[in-house]
Amino acid sequence: MTSTPIASATGPAAPDTPPRRTSRTSSYGRSERRLAAILLAPSMLLIALVAAYPIGYAVWLSLNEYSVRVPGLSRFAGTRNYEAAFSGGFWEALFNTLVFTVASVSLELVLGLAMALAMHSAFRGRGVLRATVLVPWATITAVTAITWRSIFEPGVGFAPQLLAKVGIGEDIVWLGERGYAMSVLILADVWKTAPFMALLLLAGLQVIPEDVYEAARVDGATVWQRFVRITLPLLVPAILVALIFRTLDALRIFDLPAVLTQGSNGTNVLSLLAYQELTQNRLIGLGAALSVLTFAVVMIVSFLYIRFVGGNIKSLAKD
Amino acid sequence: MARIVLDNVTKRYPDGTEGVKDLSLQIEDGEFMILVGPSGCGKSTALRMIAGLEEISEGDLWIGDEIVNDLDPGERDIAMVFQSYALYPHMTVRDNMGFSLKLAKVPKEELTKRVEEAARILGLQDHLDRKPANLSGGQRQRVAMGRAIVRKPRAFLMDEPLSNLDAKLRVQTRAELARLQARLSTTTVYVTHDQTEAMTLGDRVAVMRAGELQQVGTPMELYHEPANLFVAGFIGSPAMNFLPAQADGDVVHLPMVDAPVDEQLRSRLEGVARLIVGIRPEHFQERGAPGTDGWPTFEAEIDLVESMGSETVAYFSVGGDEVHADLLEELSREVEGNERDGGDNRVTARLEPDSALRRRDTAKLVVDASKLVYFDADSGARIGVDTASAVATA
Amino acid sequence: MSAASTPRSTSGTITQAGAPSKVRARSRRRTMPAPVQRGLLWLSVAAIVVFCLFPIYWIVNTSLKSGAQLSSGALWPDDPTLRNYRSVLQDGDFLLALRNSAIVATTTTVLSILVGSFAAYALARLRFPRKTLLLGIVLSISTFPVIAIAAPLFKLWSDLGIYDARFGLGLIIPNLVFSLPLTIFILTSFFREIPRELEEAALVDGATRMQTFTKVVFPLAAPGLVTAALLVFFFAWNEFLFAITLTSTPEARTVPAAIAFFTGSVKFEAPIGTISAASVIVMVPLVVLVLVFQKRIVAGLTAGAVKG
Repeated sequence: MTSTPIASATGPAAPDTPPRRTSRTSSYGRSERRLAAILLAPSMLLIALVAAYPIGYAVWLSLNEYSVRVPGLSRFAGTRNYEAAFSGGFWEALFNTLVFTVASVSLELVLGLAMALAMHSAFRGRGVLRATVLVPWATITAVTAITWRSIFEPGVGFAPQLLAKVGIGEDIVWLGERGYAMSVLILADVWKTAPFMALLLLAGLQVIPEDVYEAARVDGATVWQRFVRITLPLLVPAILVALIFRTLDALRIFDLPAVLTQGSNGTNVLSLLAYQELTQNRLIGLGAALSVLTFAVVMIVSFLYIRFVGGNIKSLAKD
Repeated sequence: MARIVLDNVTKRYPDGTEGVKDLSLQIEDGEFMILVGPSGCGKSTALRMIAGLEEISEGDLWIGDEIVNDLDPGERDIAMVFQSYALYPHMTVRDNMGFSLKLAKVPKEELTKRVEEAARILGLQDHLDRKPANLSGGQRQRVAMGRAIVRKPRAFLMDEPLSNLDAKLRVQTRAELARLQARLSTTTVYVTHDQTEAMTLGDRVAVMRAGELQQVGTPMELYHEPANLFVAGFIGSPAMNFLPAQADGDVVHLPMVDAPVDEQLRSRLEGVARLIVGIRPEHFQERGAPGTDGWPTFEAEIDLVESMGSETVAYFSVGGDEVHADLLEELSREVEGNERDGGDNRVTARLEPDSALRRRDTAKLVVDASKLVYFDADSGARIGVDTASAVATA
Repeated sequence: MSAASTPRSTSGTITQAGAPSKVRARSRRRTMPAPVQRGLLWLSVAAIVVFCLFPIYWIVNTSLKSGAQLSSGALWPDDPTLRNYRSVLQDGDFLLALRNSAIVATTTTVLSILVGSFAAYALARLRFPRKTLLLGIVLSISTFPVIAIAAPLFKLWSDLGIYDARFGLGLIIPNLVFSLPLTIFILTSFFREIPRELEEAALVDGATRMQTFTKVVFPLAAPGLVTAALLVFFFAWNEFLFAITLTSTPEARTVPAAIAFFTGSVKFEAPIGTISAASVIVMVPLVVLVLVFQKRIVAGLTAGAVKG
């Protein structure tokens, strides 16, 4: 076909040109927003009703006193529940929680990294290995607690005899003494979650391009140099993400001590203390106050993470 | 089949930036129109507005006899070929091609007939029951084409459909595409950043830059009568040479030679503060070549010679002040093959294939003064006898 | 890009001997010879397997013991017996707990996927203001300590009369608070990996937004949906704090709570064999799921963990 001569600078003559409509928002953008609102509404409503509202309600509950004998009877208590918490078990529970968090998360990081490196290198057994490390992760926490309890229970478990033979902790009731009980708790948590850490770090290892290692080998780097100079720096984002996940998880630990020790012998943690006051002692106000304090501790730690490694979290949230 | 008219169409983003500015373009029924420009020039946005995938902020879009601004993509009766082909990975070739007909509730026999006809045209009969993952790149490209043609739409919209093919296949597919469009004579809007595709495929080509239409015309019009420095530099490979110049009565001083100026042009050149002359590489010859009698002649030391068999490309420098123009700087930033390194004015010349020139030779060259193209360095616009082709200037 | 879609890079980097030429000779001198490296690697693989699986073996071992053997600490049962299994399967309370867990976990999973996939699609694809903020809020919910929600719900559920509701029905909505963010997070990253152009092609082909979702997005997101469903099911099956805070009788209790109260009220020594058997029973379905779907689960666990 022959091409039309050059178009003129004025607008083309559209057939029966109607009056120009200048500003008009297309239905496309608006319909997209409406659709987004419809799709998001159920989730957001649920989350608002069952997460945001209860937390506000918890603050309210924590400011009141409730009669143990007469249901529904309450009076305003000001900060008395918080004073009770601070003069009661709060500080010890906070200390226990922090000890548990620091110890278990750092052990999990080291062990998880070692496991990830082994999995990354073992190219033949990787499938089996991956299934294997998923087993502790898939074990119900209550069952995990029972398992480790039965391992360390005097007379039932093999661990006390075994350890006694190598001279560790002779005549010790592992779950019955401060310090020892905490170390069993930490061990059980490491067993359950180090594999999770390993999987996160393995995913991080797998996105490091192979040719970087080849370049380093050509440059004469040893295995150790390659690990310290290439693997670790490139793994930092994955490590940070894993650390954040695990720290925030460890701070709210509940299931494991609840079943393993019921919080006895220096293993009472924040969530468990709040639960005990709430359901066993029926002190709703005090339980609520301790829950609010637990919430505050987790939020403070989240805030610190965001403050100091914020960029990584932000990029995570973005995409 | 229908004509497509963009009437002062603007795309404005929520942050206020404009992806397409006041674009007016008329694409005739059955015409093959190319939108070309460097990445980010708004060509894809313009195409997506025609498709309905991008909201039109201002202006009207006509397809056939109706304004379609408010119609969903599916209601516009257009088909689109995507750069990535966007084949549905979970459907067979047959289902991919028939998807739109199925959605439109076309009867089954009719659907089968049309899919098989399209498959025959494209040579895909043997692959109808395969999944896209089991096809080669060229086959996938043809499935994407097939998905468009089974619909018998009013227009084809193509967004760089050849850019994922390797060089050889691209040339081959380009020819097939041209034949197919000629056979179906369906209005086609085709977006590319490749000026070779634009020149070889288009009935007309619209060059865009920074959201604005620079010029629209046939490939030859763009080549010989570029509206401004941007179009001149963008169209043509190797790219046009730009040299500083000074008009002086009946001659223009170039760094290496004085060239006579057409009488009609003289008065126009006089008022121009800074003048740039554009010379296509093929307008240089070696002295003594047939048909070059009377051409201005000069000597230059050759930096590099590339013998291509069908032609010889020689590179040399001519000294003089460096040319400065905003459009040229933009071009060198955004378009491959237009890079500038400052300093000397580098020149590319396309000579006869049997040229005996070697590196470091001092060549005796001539230039076809009648083919020189003049630009105002400050506005970037071409200064010509006929300025009607200039749609927009910087 | 998430690890979910990352193809495995080439094989081991650490054990491989150097490339030919001088580099190899030099690196040999500096590091261990290849056979030693390989030996160490297999040793560490063995250590991982033992570490991960021995406790599981131990609980199975305990579940097969009875009477005096239970307090022997022996590494294998001298006289394996299924008596513990028989007695736990005759325990009405345990069977009720299994029923309740199945109901709670299944309902939580179905509702999470249904409601969460809509939200995830909107977050992954649609353009609307304050999207990042919304995703941030959803993410931060998942870090809330469960007790901070369970404590007020304990009061609220009592007041509303759904405390200790039959079949554990009072647990489903609280579970959603944590399973929804998990679902939304996983599915958002899966939806993002579906090329936008596919949906645009469907729109141009004449599909409505709903058809685009059901005919293109949903089939392509199927692996992601399976992954999210598995992780939510695991979460709901495992959930403990809501279960013991919001229920008190066998009619309402789920498995983790039932197992805990086996030990909580009665003295520990007595039913260890039965508890072990119960533990094995509730563990088996999950271990089977893990073995069958390990790839999908790993993809879900690491989704979003390794963003470039």
